[in-house]
Amino acid sequence: MTLKSLSDDKPVGVIGAGNFGSVVANLLAQHRKVLLYARDEKVIQRILETRENRGHMMHANIEPINDLAAMARECNVLFPIVPSEHFRSMMKQLSPHLHPYHILIHGTKGFDLTLTNGQSMETITKLNRSQVKTMSEVIMEESVVVRVGCLAGPNLSKELAANQPAATVIASHFNEVITLGKQLLRNDHFQVYGNNDLVGVELAGVLKNIIAIAAGALSGLGYGENAKGLLVSRGMVEMIYLGRALGGNTKAFLGVAGIGDLVTTCNSSLSRNFTIGHRLAKGETLKQILESTDEVAEGINTIRITKKCADYYKVRAPITNTLYQVLFEDLTMKQALRYLMRYPLNVDIDFL
Amino acid sequence: MEVVEKKNKNKKYKPILDGIPDWPVYQLSKNRKEFIEEVANNSIARVKELRPTTKQLIDELQTTVYREQQRMKRNRWRVDPVDEPRFWASIKEDMVGLDTKPPEEAQAKAEEILHRIVSRYANEIAGNFNASSYKVTREIVKFWFSRLLNGARVKKFGAFFRNRYTLRDKIHIVGKVKQLRTLATKGTVIMVPTHFSNLDSILIGWVIHSLGLPAFIYGAGLNLFNIKIFAYFMNSLGAYKVDRRKKNLPYLETLKLYSTLAIQKGAHSLFFPGGTRSRSGVLEKQLKLGLLSSAVEAQRNLYIDSLAKDEEVRKIFVVPVTLNYHFVLEAPDLIDDYLSVKGQDRYLPEQDKYGSWQLLQFLFKFFTKGSNISVSIGKALDVMGNYVDDNGNSLDPQGRVIDTRDYFISNEQITIDKQREDEYTRMLSQKIVSEYHRINRVFASHLVAFVAFELWQKKHPKLDLFGLLRLPEEDQVIPYEEFRETCKRVRKQIYKLKDEGKVYHATHLKGNIDLVIRHGLDNVGIFHLKRPLLLNREGNVITKDFNTLYYYHNRLVGYDLEKFI
Repeated sequence: MTLKSLSDDKPVGVIGAGNFGSVVANLLAQHRKVLLYARDEKVIQRILETRENRGHMMHANIEPINDLAAMARECNVLFPIVPSEHFRSMMKQLSPHLHPYHILIHGTKGFDLTLTNGQSMETITKLNRSQVKTMSEVIMEESVVVRVGCLAGPNLSKELAANQPAATVIASHFNEVITLGKQLLRNDHFQVYGNNDLVGVELAGVLKNIIAIAAGALSGLGYGENAKGLLVSRGMVEMIYLGRALGGNTKAFLGVAGIGDLVTTCNSSLSRNFTIGHRLAKGETLKQILESTDEVAEGINTIRITKKCADYYKVRAPITNTLYQVLFEDLTMKQALRYLMRYPLNVDIDFL
Repeated sequence: MEVVEKKNKNKKYKPILDGIPDWPVYQLSKNRKEFIEEVANNSIARVKELRPTTKQLIDELQTTVYREQQRMKRNRWRVDPVDEPRFWASIKEDMVGLDTKPPEEAQAKAEEILHRIVSRYANEIAGNFNASSYKVTREIVKFWFSRLLNGARVKKFGAFFRNRYTLRDKIHIVGKVKQLRTLATKGTVIMVPTHFSNLDSILIGWVIHSLGLPAFIYGAGLNLFNIKIFAYFMNSLGAYKVDRRKKNLPYLETLKLYSTLAIQKGAHSLFFPGGTRSRSGVLEKQLKLGLLSSAVEAQRNLYIDSLAKDEEVRKIFVVPVTLNYHFVLEAPDLIDDYLSVKGQDRYLPEQDKYGSWQLLQFLFKFFTKGSNISVSIGKALDVMGNYVDDNGNSLDPQGRVIDTRDYFISNEQITIDKQREDEYTRMLSQKIVSEYHRINRVFASHLVAFVAFELWQKKHPKLDLFGLLRLPEEDQVIPYEEFRETCKRVRKQIYKLKDEGKVYHATHLKGNIDLVIRHGLDNVGIFHLKRPLLLNREGNVITKDFNTLYYYHNRLVGYDLEKFI
């Protein structure tokens, strides 16, 4: 028996039993045994007893687990999919059990923020890249793992669960990681593309959250398809400007993880970001919205961080700026839209 | 006035290996023939891997022959062997009609030709370490340097033959010396210094010897071997030859394999990873990945080889080194090069070359004036850029031990993945660059050059670099008071950076700011005919050569000090 055949039986780990985590676990389970980590003992019990989690039926190959150390021991390949605000602390817990042979492919679309003593999100006015990190950078900072990848694309959990056709991008500096990701995820309904611009793809996935909130707002205001077309195209331009300032290349934004994900989120009333924008436009305040939901909408945090980055790097980002004012200052969505429509910039495309 | 380096440890180091026969480089030269054969065989395998079909192989050979004949026609050097044209002519003859032969016959023939070419290259590259001439060289260098030093410093007849001063008084070695010495006994060291001046190779050679380390092998440009006396020294020091004219695939692969295999066999090596001397005076930002990748590859091969044998793997340690000068002999030429490439027609270099007389003047100044060189030895890294402890264990930022082997494992096995290793090499090079900035030692001369140039820049915010370099003479004055205050501010920030572990500074940077400025002005570009910085009669700061000032200023670029001007 060779080592190779042995390792093919090694399970794959998924960290985070949220909505997207569960869907990814189900995709992986079609090829391999999957260990699914959940922090909450109750979630584990529920999966064991009912095979149900977050409205998904969990595949028989999935075993829920509560022990990060055991997971790192059993699996060489891990998919961390936890909200960005918990990502670093999760990595700190996981890190002592990781070795350079581990491969991590994350599916979190958000920024990590490190503030030094005395600084807070309320007081700090500008942020730069030494304070704002993508998840792959967090993995590299917190652990010895270097073979890192990310999963990004138009992947609405409900549609994936229903086996509708879809695609994703695995981005990594390592072809090895991309090939592996393809082997593990691909099936007849799910196409997997590779990209070497890791940070670019991550940024595309994160920045799209901003435009998703704006799309929700347009629908909340009752506007139609012309407005949406305007938003998608101008939103794309803004994403590219921001993305380049933060270290990505234009190309990543034109692919599945960029334009693909953007079109999907702007058209889907299923996404959390969209819902937030919709409710804001209907006149609710951020506080009211946050009180009534326990799900994490990455978009709010993304807008907050991105606005301050745009100020630091002097990037013109009108959509992000006005949404920031709606969320954290006293602008209404109607005023915001009026402002944007009068915005004096009218060059269509100037970055190619 | 001379500010002495206080923390200077003028220590003598015992050799870590007793006799020259124990040195890896000696072992290598003793088994020269077998080693060359091994290099050749490996190169053939590699070329065949890269050109898998017979047609591709033949095409490659034809390109090689063509390029070699072009080179011989256009650019022949004294060092080139006489039988070269004959050799390539015979290869060309043998290639005739090769592509019309049946594939099997053609493949066999092509491989035979490849073998001849590659063996020739391997022979040409291989160094010729010679224990007795190594010793002779070492003594000559030591003798003449100390004669020069003593003769110049103590102006008394007879001082010439005394040994009051040694090179150690001039050249300060600081940093992780002890670790370097320990690791050289435990594994294979690859030293990667910054490259500013042609003096660097001589300097590093002396440093290696005076630290008690065995000779390192290093690639020296074949052009240096044109000069007979140089060739003698180089050969005796374990240098192998790098011919930058040859860009064909078989040559490049042979060269890389020579370095990889020598490292694998435990020969300590020296690369200047920046490739050539820094033209602009900026610390290296982009490294050449070709030679660095041989470090990663050698380590992977050692791990693979260890599977068959049951012995501990010899680990490879990468040690970044920065060389800090108050002056760089060829600075005016280097910056001219840089500016004319960058500025195209906006920059017109002035013709001003130095001759032997200037060289003598410089040497005399170097040995008489208080102008020191410091060599900072950085913390050792493994081939992945992790720090290692004194036992050679790789550590992660939290201080946990990492097994470097794990980086080469996928699916529980050590695998060869070229793309992965290219990425590792890129990561290693980034780490080396950041280490350069961290271990760089700021001299007073760097400080004054930086402050002066930035002040002028600030006074003329609308001028670009080339406009600034053509600033009229009446604008080239900085009031001393203003200069002094700015120096103080920038120095404070340098202290802060030092506390954060982001840079070092020479001890002479501390103390009374007027003395520090004086020290800096006295030393910056000390030997140049036109001084980059000096005080005028009114005691204000002026420049006689804006270009070299820009060059010395560049040394402190990359630390975000501009904000403090």
